[in-house]
Amino acid sequence: MQQKKPAASVQRQIDENLKRVYDDVLNQDLPERFSKLLNELKESQANDTSSRGGPEADE
Amino acid sequence: MKDADPRDELVSHLGAMRAFAMSLTRNSATADDLVQDTLVKAWTNIEKYEAGTNMRAWLFTILRNTYYSMLRKRKREVADADDTLAGMLAEKPAHDGRLQMRDFEEAFAQLNDEQREALVLVGAEGFAYEEAAEMTGVAVGTVKSRVNRARARLAELMHLDENEAIEMTDQVTQAIVNSAPAA
Repeated sequence: MQQKKPAASVQRQIDENLKRVYDDVLNQDLPERFSKLLNELKESQANDTSSRGGPEADE
Repeated sequence: MKDADPRDELVSHLGAMRAFAMSLTRNSATADDLVQDTLVKAWTNIEKYEAGTNMRAWLFTILRNTYYSMLRKRKREVADADDTLAGMLAEKPAHDGRLQMRDFEEAFAQLNDEQREALVLVGAEGFAYEEAAEMTGVAVGTVKSRVNRARARLAELMHLDENEAIEMTDQVTQAIVNSAPAA
């Protein structure tokens, strides 16, 4: 390892910033597109009780 | 009675999936496209999820694999998706905490994908090195060195060292106020 490890206080600062940026997104309200998508997925599952097969094929 | 459908659990991981996707792509539109693709894949392949294992790790693995194949397809688009942060830095910050965060985000954006991914999995999401290694398909030692290099690089980019750490915010504020265009 050629790079020295940052001091503990620096590391703590970095991790605090990281957590803040990460949690900022994590705690946002979910955009509506996801509840819609989940409902669509549930419906397609209900219509296809064999529960197999994807609604979207990979190109 | 049937066991609980693991699909019901998916929604509880969406926030974390968005945060992970955002840290990989640094662009909210791309991040949400990535989460959407991941969600559809997880839903339609739910039988591949082993009950009792860590669902978030399973989802993150799908997400990052989807990201890397997306990246291969549209490398250019993603790379220069947001150059706006540099512009924002010229504004005088409302208070030091915000400034430090922007400073951090700018530095964070300069890490390579592998370092950023490792740092987020371990430092933000709290996965064990072993879990992160399994998710990213590399050795545990590789994850550790990526995390260490990511932290060292951030410290360097943010001009943090042991002695300066406490004063950093003031120094940066001063530097930015001084560098503001005179009109």
